Amino acid sequence: MNLTKIKELLKADVLVGEEFLDQVEVLTVCGADLMSDVLAFTKEKTLLLTGLTNNQVIRTAEMIDLSGIVFVRGKKPGPDVIKMAKEKRLPLLLTFYPLYETCGILFHTGLQGCSGEYPKVRP
Amino acid sequence: MNGAEMILHYPVEGGNYSTAGEAASKIKKVLKQLGISAELIRRISIAAYEAEMNIVIHAVQGEIRLKVGEKKISITANDKGPGIVDVDLAMQEGYSTAPDSAREMGFGAGMGLPNIEKCADNLQIDSVLKQGTKVVMAFFINQQHERNEN
Repeated sequence: MNLTKIKELLKADVLVGEEFLDQVEVLTVCGADLMSDVLAFTKEKTLLLTGLTNNQVIRTAEMIDLSGIVFVRGKKPGPDVIKMAKEKRLPLLLTFYPLYETCGILFHTGLQGCSGEYPKVRP
Repeated sequence: MNGAEMILHYPVEGGNYSTAGEAASKIKKVLKQLGISAELIRRISIAAYEAEMNIVIHAVQGEIRLKVGEKKISITANDKGPGIVDVDLAMQEGYSTAPDSAREMGFGAGMGLPNIEKCADNLQIDSVLKQGTKVVMAFFINQQHERNEN
């Protein structure tokens, strides 16, 4: 699923990457505020859903080539974080849904988590 | 690589969260330029980043050294700092002595060293209390090498 579709599903604002959302493919999704867990358990082309808004989230994304980041419950990162993501061409979205609901909306469409253990749930 | 070794040094400032991760970021770029496989770059990047965060969180100052050889890449994180009281305990998932400031950044949950151990083919930790810690991580370039998954 590409990020344009995810933006629609989450009624999200785009902070970085509006012009290339169509080209960014997401295979798996991870919801976490602990960056060590993100580093340890995610795969490539993963979209991160998080409530953490500091620069280490961008660094984490850079290290493991995340597809993009969705900041949940309307928490907007500061201008320095947005600037850093722009430099790295890392898409940033902002949704007002809390983490659990954001996860649920995406899981319901059949997007897999990083364990890959669950069968696809199609509505 | 033509048999030659390449060694690069990156200083790391303790307590500075705004620049934390820059060394690991630079290392990743170098490895990409060298044409190292994506899977190996990923493991090295994660280990280097966790090691760099450990310096930022716990130490006064330190350095990350990247050494690229023909068959092996090693990352050495060397710091001046408090040292590790019990290395075996520090290797346990969830054990942490990090301050709240680290947790606010998404780290300090006792996953750093265990993550490094998972990523590296070989890990050596030497620590002296009230002096500092040296973490040496080795990664074998040969894809045939059996990884120690645990």
